[in-house]
Amino acid sequence: MAEAMAETKTKAQEGAQRNGTDVTAERMERFSKDELRGFLRDMLLFRRFEEKAEEAYAIGKIGGFCHLHIGQEAVALGLIGPLREDDYVISAYREHTQALAKGLEAGPVMAELYGRDGGVSRGKGGSMHLFDAERRFMGGHGIVGGQTALAAGLGWSIRYREGDQVCVCFLGDAAVNQGAFHESMNMAAIWKLPVIFVVENNAYGMGTAFERVSAVPVVERGEGYGIPTHAINGQDILETWSFMEELAEEVRSGAGPQYVDARTYRFKGHSMSDPVSGTYRSKEEVSEKKEREDPITVLRDHLFEADLLSQEELEEMDAEVRAVVDEAAEFADDSPFPADEELYTHVYSELNEHGRLFLDGRDR
Amino acid sequence: MPEITYREALNQALAEELERDDSVFLMGEEVAEYDGAYKVSKGLLERFGDRRVVDTPISELGFAGLGVGAAMTGLRPVIEFMTFNFSILALDQVINSAAKMYYMTGGQISCPMVFRGPSGAALQLSAQHSQAAETWYVHSPGIKLVTPGTPADAKGLLKASIRDNDPVAFMEGELLYNVKGEVPDPEDGDFVIPLGKAEVKREGSDVSIITHGKMVHLALQAAGKLEKDGVSAEVVDLRTLRPLDVEAILKSVHKTNRAVYLEEGWPYVGIGSQIVALIQDEAFDYLDAPVVRVTQADVPMPYAKNLEKLAKPDVNRVVAACDRVLYRD
Ligand SMILES: Cc1ncc(C[n+]2csc(CCOP(=O)(O)OP(=O)(O)O)c2C)c(N)n1
Ligand SMILES: [Mg+2]
Repeated sequence: MAEAMAETKTKAQEGAQRNGTDVTAERMERFSKDELRGFLRDMLLFRRFEEKAEEAYAIGKIGGFCHLHIGQEAVALGLIGPLREDDYVISAYREHTQALAKGLEAGPVMAELYGRDGGVSRGKGGSMHLFDAERRFMGGHGIVGGQTALAAGLGWSIRYREGDQVCVCFLGDAAVNQGAFHESMNMAAIWKLPVIFVVENNAYGMGTAFERVSAVPVVERGEGYGIPTHAINGQDILETWSFMEELAEEVRSGAGPQYVDARTYRFKGHSMSDPVSGTYRSKEEVSEKKEREDPITVLRDHLFEADLLSQEELEEMDAEVRAVVDEAAEFADDSPFPADEELYTHVYSELNEHGRLFLDGRDR
Repeated sequence: MPEITYREALNQALAEELERDDSVFLMGEEVAEYDGAYKVSKGLLERFGDRRVVDTPISELGFAGLGVGAAMTGLRPVIEFMTFNFSILALDQVINSAAKMYYMTGGQISCPMVFRGPSGAALQLSAQHSQAAETWYVHSPGIKLVTPGTPADAKGLLKASIRDNDPVAFMEGELLYNVKGEVPDPEDGDFVIPLGKAEVKREGSDVSIITHGKMVHLALQAAGKLEKDGVSAEVVDLRTLRPLDVEAILKSVHKTNRAVYLEEGWPYVGIGSQIVALIQDEAFDYLDAPVVRVTQADVPMPYAKNLEKLAKPDVNRVVAACDRVLYRD
């Protein structure tokens, strides 16, 4: 992409020049040069990581369902980056980059996708079930909407222990049609739980456009629970990051649950086995979104514009993250498959002295 | 007879029943515009329109319950679960509403409907997406359970299930959709297989491998392997687990005096538990060895390729089980 990045100004940049340069400049002032370049670097890392996963999937190193986050990087980085280490994040199955944003290392995350012993979940979970208890990344859940109730529980625990952490719960737009989501929103509201529900609104659930399965827009689905509602541009890291910086502090000081409609777009197919476009969205729609709303090019252009980054520096940055990703893939490759005995570990945390836990008779 | 895939067989069955009876409709996630997550409903929207083929929100409990309500008024919903893993969200409506309705209304209201979709493991889909759901469904009286393993069975049994006046859970297999087999030409008349009839998929005299669903193929492979060893294995495919063809099970055990139950799911209160109990109840004196079960390892399905392979039942385990009941091990 570095090559592609050298090309002429994007539409976003032209627009910014016509009427928004001042606004953008003002928004950028919040951040230091290093911070801004850090944002670009991290989003590039996410992108390269997912591209590597795509490659590895194609040659069979990764199996099963694999959902890429390409196009949605500014949501992961901007809404997780400003959090504290002891804040909780919980998500669905499109969670690779969210895990990276919460500080999980690329190597063990890739190793999990490879199903290796060195993976964050010891190779038992795979792409959809990344977990890191220490870093408070609570998964990685495969049942649409299921994690929203767990998020209420994480929020409950924070309140119970009188902590000032927050829990950020990601869900897809299609997940707002699950009962669990509604029950969880209501419980979060009545018990004032410190949970920020973020709908990663990429407009589709698999091959179904949101407006086909909801009578009202995503943003209105939080209303009726007495939970403050926000809509943000998920393709703009300046916006997502600043937004979360403020919101997390409010929730820390007792503002209670929040509902966020983060508007974004998925550049790839639903999973590795689904087409990028088809009956549900056109090729043109996807390429237009990629051209105008790629969170990485949007930020890159801002940085170019403000002379905070040169083409050369960008290329260096890209080389650096590529090296990180290559190393991650090497780490995954070098990590052994779990030993056969691991089949029966981690089913129960304690093996009883009495009675038989496993009834398959294979130990006889 | 034409050879078609399991997927095409299901598609034919759906199309023919939609055509035959206006009270039949198909509802589920991605069934209409996307042609089904596994393309089972390909072309049905175009042919029957969106009154009969309906995309839903991701609201399993909701649309399963909607189906029950519609069935209470005599419609014949076919509710598709993208996979039966997600049907766990809907189990309340399946068990508490559909399965109980006829009984608790004293026979006033029945629920003629089908819950269908793939069940069991595919490849590396990990713990939440690889579960064989039979036991959850078969446990409750009031609902029937059908598990076809071949294209012909898929077609004939789906048509019977849609026509059945009780709720039927119909479990397919993601790894079966591309399997090919002979299915009678639709031109040659209505092809319906009644529920409750097992089929001997391979005759044998030394040992009975009794099984259902996609494990039929594994059983046949094992029987082939055993044959080379001079062992004649019979493969009994139950096809429907409720109603259960007890006669067919007993008949085979009377003949071979040795039985193995093979299933995809977990052992604890698995389908095999019931079959073993049944055989010892009704054919104890015919047995020359205790019945042995082959199941998935008693653990959630791991993601890692090597562990997944270990967890699943395989040909060698089936052969070993047969050797054991034949005292050849
Ligand atoms: C309960 C349940 N039903 C169905 C599925 C199959 N499924 C997986 S992802 C998905 C679409 C979800 O879309 P959305 O919530 O918008 O998230 P996105 O994939 O766009 O990130 C579906 C139907 C599932 N995993 N869980
Ligand atoms: Mg979506």
